[in-house]
Amino acid sequence: MRAALIALIACLGAVAATTSAVAVARPLANCPTLHAGQLTIGTDNPAYPPWYGGTPPPGSPWKVSDPRSGEGYESAVAYAVATRLGIKSTDVVWKYVPFERSFAPGPKSFDFDINQISYTAARAKVVSFSSSYYDVNQSVVVLDGTPISKVKTLAGLRKFKLGAQLGTTSYAYIQSKIKPSTQANVYQQNASAIEALKDKQIAGLVVDLPTAFYVTSAQVSHSKVLGQFPAPTGGEHFGMVFAKGNPLVSCVNTALAKLKANGTLKLLQQVWLAKATGAPVLK
Amino acid sequence: MASEGDRRAGPEVAARSSKIIGLGAGGARGVAIALASTVVVFVALGVAITHAPGWHEVRTTFFNWSQFRSTLPEISRAFLLNVKIFCIAEVLILVVALFIAVIRSLPGPVFFPLRALAIAYADFFRGVPTILVIAILGFGAPALGLKSVPTSTTFWGIVALVLVYTAYVSEVYRAGIESVHPSQEAAARSLGLTRWQATRHVILPQAVRRVIPPLLNDFIGLQKDTALVGVLGAIEAFNQSQIDVDATFNFTPYLAAAFLFVAITIPLARFTDWLIIRDRRKRQAGALA
Repeated sequence: MRAALIALIACLGAVAATTSAVAVARPLANCPTLHAGQLTIGTDNPAYPPWYGGTPPPGSPWKVSDPRSGEGYESAVAYAVATRLGIKSTDVVWKYVPFERSFAPGPKSFDFDINQISYTAARAKVVSFSSSYYDVNQSVVVLDGTPISKVKTLAGLRKFKLGAQLGTTSYAYIQSKIKPSTQANVYQQNASAIEALKDKQIAGLVVDLPTAFYVTSAQVSHSKVLGQFPAPTGGEHFGMVFAKGNPLVSCVNTALAKLKANGTLKLLQQVWLAKATGAPVLK
Repeated sequence: MASEGDRRAGPEVAARSSKIIGLGAGGARGVAIALASTVVVFVALGVAITHAPGWHEVRTTFFNWSQFRSTLPEISRAFLLNVKIFCIAEVLILVVALFIAVIRSLPGPVFFPLRALAIAYADFFRGVPTILVIAILGFGAPALGLKSVPTSTTFWGIVALVLVYTAYVSEVYRAGIESVHPSQEAAARSLGLTRWQATRHVILPQAVRRVIPPLLNDFIGLQKDTALVGVLGAIEAFNQSQIDVDATFNFTPYLAAAFLFVAITIPLARFTDWLIIRDRRKRQAGALA
């Protein structure tokens, strides 16, 4: 099933490439990249499903997943954008960029960073964001059979100890929308947050919905997605991060608009994020 | 600079105390040269930094005054957790480390197993990076799932810091104990004191007094290392500043956290310097008398 869909996407890409050869062959002069003819893309390591997929080959610096595989939603989107920019997939270079390096001042080591980074107005003062490549909802993961697993409302979560990963908008969501009575914890890494949930140091882990389904299916046994939260006004979306004012942003935005219009983004979401629907909404 | 009291104590002590801030002992001329060279170095550094091509970017992302002011209150609140961890850990460390140091100083082959344990303990916990001890204990111990084992991150953070710093501090105590001449114990025993009484009333009072400055030095380190407990997820000053940095992509909150740590470590460092000088003066006075 998945293989067939990947083949389908490849065909679509090929069709798009032949039918709009002019657009794809657009000279890159207007879209300067860090290294001419190459697209350098940053993301964090380990790269987790469902955003990244594939198995890193032995000796690879990448752990858990391999961004170079083209598998997983963010990897697939990145390669689709590269194709749109007229860059061959062999000329796409992946670079390990810890989250905080993606927005540190100074010259960037990447053309863009794609790492489930949510757009906020405050962040956009420091870096440039692409338009949305995924509209995201936050959700909460809990262990089966614990008191929190019977909660049905947002207000019901208030009395539990929650946790989130540092740097995510999940923590901001806890503080501004759930307003728990006990201080929520934050974790430097996905792995620490998962361990804290298993250890019952936190009752619920707030993460984006696709990650939540990965947590319940692969990382924590006997856990479930309790529900997703209603989107904040204006919605929340992931964008690729660029150095402030990088002219490449408008090229990538054009590419994303095209991928949205021709249904590629939707298709990629069906392939890689299909599970990330159908969680009850906590109100 | 030498205080009034130092001057009365003689030029040598005054010169020594001026060494606290490293001005040297060259009198008024020395002070003038030190001042001039300080001004030159800082002006040159200031000019070099503010004329760097990325200065504007650095200034807005690291030295944003309104960001500093708006995040300082919540980072200060989080900092209370650092202070709490520090205060509890410090008391425990002082007691446990002294106990271990005394064990390690026990003479005779009978006590070999205890001595060996104390040595192994100190070797192990001085060798493992603090952050690893915190992460392993903080995530590992609650994973046992035992009802009687607390899951609190603060609890395990304190346990880890106590384990690591006790290893250091017990060595400091031991150095103090070994610096007391063996004849002191011999004299005490010849007066009819038991080994324990000799240790308690003759050796330890001298040993502890001698190691107060290095002890305080370790506590300055402990104050800073409370930030490592953040890896377990509790909202302490470093985590809170990171939350603020990540929310805005502006690094100024780190400066606010650094400011808070420095605000409590500098007074302690000066206090340590003062203790060293006072102790030296006392001992010199004792030698003259």
